[in-house]
Order: sequence, then C-alpha cells, then structure tokens
Amino acid sequence: MSDLQPGVRGVVRQLYGGQAFTGRLSSLGFTLGAEITIIRNDGHGPILVVVRGTRMALGFGEAAKILVEILAESTDSERIHE
Amino acid sequence: MSEIPAASMTGEKPIVVAIAGQPNAGKSTVFNMLTGLSQHVGNWPGKTIEQKIGFHHTERLTLKLVDLPGTYSLTANSLEERIARDFILREQPDLVVVIANAACLERNLYLLSELLALPAPVVLGLNMMDVAEQQGLQIDTRALEAALGLPVVPMVASRNQGVRDLARTIERVVLQLSPLAPHRPEIRSDHKAVLEQIHQLLADHVPAPYPPDWVSLKLLEGDVEITEMMRTRLDAAAWEPVHDILKAHEDAVLAIASGRYTWIERIVRAAVTQPRVSQITLTERLDRLATHPVGGVFVLLGILGVAFGLTFSVGVPLQRGLDTYVVQTVAEWLRAALARSPLWLSGLLVDGILAGAGIVLTFTPVLAIFFAVLGVLEDTGFMARAAYVTDRYMHVMGLHGKSFLPLCLGLGCNVPGVLCTRIIDSPRARLLTILLMPLVPCAARLAVLAVLAPIFFGTAAIWAAIGVLSLNLLLLFGLGYGLHELVLGGEHFAFIMELPLYHWPNWRTIGLFVWQHLLEFVKRAGTVIVFMSALIWVLSYLPTGDLYTGYLAHAGHWVSPLGNLLGLDWRMLVALLTSMVAKENTLATLSVLYPTGPAGGGLTAALVHSITPAAALAFLVMQMTFIPCVATMAAIKQEVHSWKWTLFSILLMLVISLVIGLLVYRVGLLF
Repeated sequence: MSDLQPGVRGVVRQLYGGQAFTGRLSSLGFTLGAEITIIRNDGHGPILVVVRGTRMALGFGEAAKILVEILAESTDSERIHE
Repeated sequence: MSEIPAASMTGEKPIVVAIAGQPNAGKSTVFNMLTGLSQHVGNWPGKTIEQKIGFHHTERLTLKLVDLPGTYSLTANSLEERIARDFILREQPDLVVVIANAACLERNLYLLSELLALPAPVVLGLNMMDVAEQQGLQIDTRALEAALGLPVVPMVASRNQGVRDLARTIERVVLQLSPLAPHRPEIRSDHKAVLEQIHQLLADHVPAPYPPDWVSLKLLEGDVEITEMMRTRLDAAAWEPVHDILKAHEDAVLAIASGRYTWIERIVRAAVTQPRVSQITLTERLDRLATHPVGGVFVLLGILGVAFGLTFSVGVPLQRGLDTYVVQTVAEWLRAALARSPLWLSGLLVDGILAGAGIVLTFTPVLAIFFAVLGVLEDTGFMARAAYVTDRYMHVMGLHGKSFLPLCLGLGCNVPGVLCTRIIDSPRARLLTILLMPLVPCAARLAVLAVLAPIFFGTAAIWAAIGVLSLNLLLLFGLGYGLHELVLGGEHFAFIMELPLYHWPNWRTIGLFVWQHLLEFVKRAGTVIVFMSALIWVLSYLPTGDLYTGYLAHAGHWVSPLGNLLGLDWRMLVALLTSMVAKENTLATLSVLYPTGPAGGGLTAALVHSITPAAALAFLVMQMTFIPCVATMAAIKQEVHSWKWTLFSILLMLVISLVIGLLVYRVGLLF
C-alpha cells in the first residue's frame, strides 16, 4: 500500500507481520477484501488512507505490510492533486 | 440477564453501568452529560490508566456509571483493552452501554460485535447523528434495532440530544421492561468445528468468570493474555493438543475479524442508506492543508504561536495581578498579625508556606488558558493532525506522532505532560517520552526566560531568547536520538492512528478537560511545592537565622568552585538549586539574594553588575535544562514505577545542564 499514489482505490488482499499486528489492523477495518482509498502519500512519512469510512494514519513501514489490489485511479482530479 | 436484587429497584444499591466505546465516538461527552460534576477521577486498581466513575439518577434507579477506556477491540492489544474486558468479565456490570459514532458505523460496530460474545446485556447509543446526516448518511434506527436485536438510541450528545432517552432505555432494560434478544455474529463453519475441538480439550479448566466459548475463541484469535492463562492452567500434556490446533490455524485471526465485519456489513446494509455521490466534506478540505507535509507544519506552528500569545498576553498579567493584589496583600496582613510572635514563625508562614501556595495560585490562570487552547485543539480533532504531521520528525527520536500531544502539553507544565504519556501504546516509547519531558520548556521556565533575558541583554533579549529556545529544541532532539537505541532497544512500534472528523468543540468537554488538569496540578504539584518551599525556607534560615550564613548559603558556597568554571557566583547557583522546588522560584531567589543597593535600580542593576554576558547566557541555558522541579520528579517516579529511571532522569538533566552551561560560557568568552 505504501507504493500507491493519492486517489488510488484498492482492495486489501494480504496482511504481513505478526499475529498481534495483523490482528490489530484487521480489527481496525483492514480485513481481507476491505476497500481502501489513499488520501495522502508523500513517499515517506505516514500515509493517510480511508478504510470503512474512517481516515487512518499509518506509518510508512506499516503501510508496506498491507498488500493491496488496485481497483481504479480516482477520476476526480481534484482529489488526486492535493 | 441476571436477577436484580430487590434493593436496587428502590434505588438503594446503585445499578452498575459500564460505558464502552471506540475512541472519537464521543463516549466521554455522553459520560459527562450523564454524570456532570458528580464524577470521581481515579486510577484503575494498580494501573496508570484513568478511571472515571459517576452517578446518574433516573426516576426509579441510581446508576453508577463506569467509563471504560476507549478501545477499538477487546483483544488485549493494549492495557486499555485488557482493563475494559476484565471489568466486564470480573465485575459483571448490570448493563454495558456501547457508544458508537454514527458517521463511521461499520468500524464502531466492531467493538459491539466483540462485546456481544461476553455475558452482559448491551444497549447501543448511536452518537453524532448530526455528523452522519451532514455526510448524507440516512440511518434507520428501527431497522438497526431489529437487525441487532438490541435497543438503539440515536443521540447528539454534544447538544444533549438523546441523553435522557439513553438513561430511560437503560432503566427499561435493567427493570426488564424491554426484552433483549441480541443477534450474535456467526462463526464461519470451518472454524466452528475447530472451536468445538478446543472447547472439549479445555473441558473444565477454564477459570470462573471466563465463559469457555469466549476463551476458545480468544485462543483461536491468538490472544496473548488468554493463551498464557490457559497454558499455565493446563499441564504440558493437556496443553500440547490445544497448542497444535492453534498452530495449525494461526491465520484464523484474520478470518475471525473478517467474519465479524461481514456480519456488520450485512447489518449496516439493512439500516443505512449511503449517499449516491460522495461529497467533499469539510474534513477533506481542512485536511488538504492540515496534513500537508509543509503546510501542516506552518499551520501547527501558527496555532501554537497563537496558543502562547494568548497564554502570555492574558495569563501573565493575571499572574502578576494575583501576586500583587492577593498574595502580597495576604503576606502583609499575615506579617502584621504575627508581629508579636517569634520571627521564625512569620518567616516560615509568609516566606515559606505562603510563598509556595502563592506560586500555585498565581500559576493556575496561565495553565488554565493553555489547557483550554489545547482542549479545543484536542476536541476539534486537530491534535490528531498535529500527531500526523509531526510523526516524521518524531521518528528522528525513534518515537512517533502519538508522543507529540504529551510533549505539547508539557509546554504548559511538565507534570500533566508526563501523565498524558499514558496515551502512548508502547511502554518503552512511553518511558522515552517521559525522559525527554524535562527538556520541554514549561510555562514557568519560559516566564523566567521572559523576565531575565531583557535584564541581561536589553534590546537583544529576543535574539538571546530565540537562541536559548533553539538550543533547547536541539537538545531535545539530540537526546531523543541518542537515547532511543538504549531505551527502545531497537524495538519498532507500529504507528496506526485514526484521524477523526473535525467538529465544533463542546464547551462542557473542554471545561472538564481544563478543570481536571488544573485539579491534578493543584493536587500533585501544589502539595509538593508548598512543602518544598517551606523546607527551602528552613534551610535558608537555619542555623543562624540569616540568609547569607544559613545552610542554603553554605550549599551555594560549597559548590562555588563549580560556579567559577561557569562564571556564576554562589547566589546564581542557589537560584538554580531553588528552581528545583518550582521553576519560577529562580526569580524569587534572585530578588532576595540581590537586594537593592544604595544606588537603587533594584534587581536589574544589581544583577547586570554582577555577571558577564557570557555567564548570563550560560545561566539562561542552564536554567532551562536544570534538574526537573520536584513536582515533575514525583510525576516521573509515579509513572515509570522505577527509582532507577527517575534517578537516571535527574542525573541526566544535571549533566546536560552543566555541560551545556560550561560550553556556552566558554564559547561565549571567545567573543
């Protein structure tokens, strides 16, 4: 997920890491099959993402442990070029 | 549900109601609305997590409300989650109220789905209905009630809407006037068989308040606490088959969470109509700037600037006024009243105890203003953005954004800053944040800087102050960078944080935020400061009754060789030492030890004549970094539960202060 550009929508396909970490992520809504939208990603530092209607900040390293299948790049240009 | 003893019907024995909810669901607001000022703030037994208990009277019942810590789930990831679920399992409250944020219902119902596995009747309070409406969400609460099999109360707690309905619903459920038939999330069929297997293997080994079904489920979810509990209860031979099953189904934790969300999605589909076109909300607009890596920093600096502007332009004059008109008046009156009693008595009362109490009293408005501004930032949702923006800078110190709020609170007073570190998940990251706290210049030290810099440097004061503060910030980052390997031991902490929707602040919530922090300051810092102030007075008075020959002066003379290195005479060193009582004591001590000379001119002239600019700068730097005040030390000891780390913190600050002071002085002499 850490490679995705702002505006990209995707579906969570896999979570990597220990049981405690993946358990915590999934209880927050990052379950397999959950849809996410990237709001902000500056290539370093934390990433801002919407999951299940909530804005979540994730450390760059944490975001890298979430495998996401890209659904669509948002056509709403206003949202891409933040 | 359990039978209700007859006494509780008549309101003699209060009904215990636990209030659960995820962070940012407005749980505290609901709690505050129900209990008002009847709340008691303490700690959970043996824990450093705040516990709030309050009472509410309905027509027929007295409710004892217990505010559980805000948690996203009940999987013992954190101390908060453990406390919440232990309370429900062990104390067996008569009812659990779950407060959910209607604007992000899916994620908020996750906690409910976990709570339904525990043996307690549940009522759902659906808060922030107004925010949901603004987002175009239509929630059919009747349909939600039917889908969940639970009473659902729509609320806008910040406007006191629905709070009475909630109390009435609680009453109805407790008196068994409305039947409860909750629908529980289904377990996937392949896991059902596994659960059954585990259940049979555990047989009668599950200890009393824990439901065996629930224990089996938690084992499958890899719950560390429950796993440890069962492992020690079963002998090795009995544990092995259980362990094998768990090992073979290690990925079940994801499937179980997904299963709960599937259940939630079905319920939400039945009750919520999503807007067809998603709107660009206020939150999105504001976040474009507030979370921008560059813009966000400027917004943050601007807001902090305003916070300090307000604190010092309103708070400091108030502080001076209180000092002149209240403290000094009382002091004169006391002195006059005690004119016939021995000199030491009026000295102890006026210069010792009253001086200490005066510091606490006059400092309260400054802190009140600062806490009010921070309360607004916290309540509106801005603080989470500040944590997001500062995260990358905190990484330099091996910390992340969550440490920003406590450090920021420390700018007001280090004591609440240290206490606030409780919001940090990892104990080691918490310890590191606490160790850094004394390097955060508190309002008292800033006040000393603001008074002394113009005395020493005249028109160049602003540059001196900026220099001192920059050095302070540099030291903070440097120390964090230097310590994080040692304290954290290379451990990495996940940064996962919700950014709540922005909303208008609720004045009642902010009022209570300020009130509780002030109360804490007065209670903790107050008692320590008054006591230490009296002690310091005794040390300065004994044995000769003269300030210049007392124990305190002796101590000052004894360390004066050190002072020579730093270009400071014994009086400046004594001022530093007494700043350990309370940082603003530096000023009081200086004005006592540098009496107005025959030529007049007061403190200013006396000070300027006795010190070189290089030494003055060194003194300012040392004053900012010297050993933390006793109130802060006490708070550190309480929070880290270790004398070793407390002493480490004190020695560390002493060494830093001396080394930096020496460096500044020696470098300063070159110019």
